Amino acid sequence: MLENLQLLFDYPALGADLIANGLMIGAIFALAAFGMALVWGVLGIINIAQGELVMLGGFVALTAAGLGVPPLMTIPLAALVLFMIGWGLYRLVIFRVVDRDLFVSLLATFGLSIILQQLSNEVFGADVRTLETGLGTLILFDSQIVLAEIKLVSFVTALVVGLALWAFLKRARLGQAIRATSQNARAARILGIDTDRVYAATYALNAALCGAAGSLVVMAWTIHPYIGLPYTVRSFLVVIVAGLGNIAAVIAAGLGLGALENVAGFVLGAEYQIAFVFSLMVIILVVRNLLLRRKREYLK
Amino acid sequence: MILLKVLRGVAVALMGFGILWGVSGTASAKVEGNTVYLGAAISLTGKYSTNGAHTRRGYDLAVEKINAAGGVTVDGQAYELGIIYYDDESTPARGAQLAERLIQQDGVTFILGPYSSGLTRAMAPITEKYGVPMVEANGASISLFQEGYKYLFAVLSTTEQYLQGAIALAAETAEDGQVLRVALAMENDPFSQDVRAGVIADAERLGMRIVIDDKLPPELNDMSATMAKVRALKPDLLVVSGHAKGAALAIRQIADSRIDVPMLALTHCDAAQVIEKFAEKAEFALCASQWAPGLSYSDDLFGSARDFADLFEATFDYAPPYQSAESAAAVMVFADAFERAGSFDPAAVRDALAATDLMTFYGGINFDEAGRNVAKPMVLFQVQDGEYRVVYPSDTAEAPFAHPTPRWSER
Repeated sequence: MLENLQLLFDYPALGADLIANGLMIGAIFALAAFGMALVWGVLGIINIAQGELVMLGGFVALTAAGLGVPPLMTIPLAALVLFMIGWGLYRLVIFRVVDRDLFVSLLATFGLSIILQQLSNEVFGADVRTLETGLGTLILFDSQIVLAEIKLVSFVTALVVGLALWAFLKRARLGQAIRATSQNARAARILGIDTDRVYAATYALNAALCGAAGSLVVMAWTIHPYIGLPYTVRSFLVVIVAGLGNIAAVIAAGLGLGALENVAGFVLGAEYQIAFVFSLMVIILVVRNLLLRRKREYLK
Repeated sequence: MILLKVLRGVAVALMGFGILWGVSGTASAKVEGNTVYLGAAISLTGKYSTNGAHTRRGYDLAVEKINAAGGVTVDGQAYELGIIYYDDESTPARGAQLAERLIQQDGVTFILGPYSSGLTRAMAPITEKYGVPMVEANGASISLFQEGYKYLFAVLSTTEQYLQGAIALAAETAEDGQVLRVALAMENDPFSQDVRAGVIADAERLGMRIVIDDKLPPELNDMSATMAKVRALKPDLLVVSGHAKGAALAIRQIADSRIDVPMLALTHCDAAQVIEKFAEKAEFALCASQWAPGLSYSDDLFGSARDFADLFEATFDYAPPYQSAESAAAVMVFADAFERAGSFDPAAVRDALAATDLMTFYGGINFDEAGRNVAKPMVLFQVQDGEYRVVYPSDTAEAPFAHPTPRWSER
């Protein structure tokens, strides 16, 4: 660990490279976390199947590319297909657990994640897959920082999608309905909002976001049916840091997590990278709880 | 009413028969007519399903070929081979249950191994308990052979040997007095840690220095932290082991991040299909393999290694991965042991297995005390011009080892 710190000290550019690469994967976490925050905020469900939706997005992109769709066009396509899958999942399963005990929805989405894993395993096979984009590599500052262009694409996509989502929730009618439902579902219903449709749209939107993330994952990294869990855990972490209603905070938390994790993996060794993420989660939960308690006491 | 009574009578009779048959089943082999049955629990679903299928095809092809050649002759009578399969769903607990089931209910007394060390480890205590020989072809972990099992035999080379060839090759490239610097990125699971132990032992013996020793978590999906270290420390050799996922990630990220490393050695290249997926990005990578179609081994059943590969490809429409080759060899080992034992008595077959001295298209097979095959070395491929070419060991090499890997800026 000390020698790794020493290394960072000797080659300062290395730190920049680590952070830059970390930000890129952080953008993917942010994309998946947008959706999780939405579903959590509006439906009150913690979607354990989040990572599996990302994984499905990857396989959709792969399949589409296999049929001749240009790689980058698979991003909107995967989002579209996943939107429909998300809608279907809502109509099949999710609507049954809205407004129920949190435990029930956790179990239901956990079950869903297993089913999606096994189905993908059956349909697409257990192999590790990846999609070549033909994009090159960006070499910056006299090759101090080296970035795959596809990672840059995913970074920009995450930012653009975040912005679009923000505008959608602010301006669009459905976006406003979503916000109204999340604030008070009963009042929204009284005011004539079809909350069931809002829920379906929200879950489908979540799936679409994950689909876009998945298509980026398969192009920049790799995908296989069991890859979901890390994305579920990361988006959960991002959401508990950023809170439910703040898209800018989700982006910041996602990027921050990606960068921090990468640096931690370097300094502590790759074997502690995941341990670091989980420890961070525990610390953040404890700190948040303490802050909240203080606030509550103050209000008393 | 009468019908009901008759049905009940039939049911009772069947149950009685079942009990009798169950009892006798554990005592002697499952032979029906002139077919002797082997049992196998294989991962047909779950995360090992691809390799499970490779394993099954290897078994099936060998059985078909042996039966077509007249089967096995035991005590003057010819028997055909048959296999009872179950799906272990890639989970060790299920594998152990199915081993019990094969032995207790189906009365099988010869077991062909499952896919992966984890499942083999789950099944070995069961076969050992019942004194049922298991010949396995896909459990390479060295720890399997440190338990003192008497009924476990493995035709493949054990894990610690996987990448020792890369260290030997690296040593050949070293100039006088040069201390080679080795970087390791190994998944934190039993398989890769065994590989790591073998590599470290050899590297230290040859006076090399380990400059990076990262243990990748099994759920890792990004290796950029490790890659950053490689970029900074510029090792002479980078060794990566993390199943297909590790191989795919390593090739992808080394190319994307344009990391120049003179020598890269991996496991599971063929499972990750690095040539098909990454084309020229995979060039010069060294890949550990149990077997290769270009090797010079041969036998009377399949012919040469190349003949086996051609037959396999004609039958299943894809080139045989080594998992299929070693699985076919496991069936051949059983057939050979049956003939030499002259009976289907499990203890006699076990002793015959222990005395195996067989040459196959897959390589020599000769078990040591612990049940490991010590007659066959691991081979190393190098990706050259979009093909796997054997470069190690040198006596079976198809092509000279290309070294060093050119820098990305020169490709």
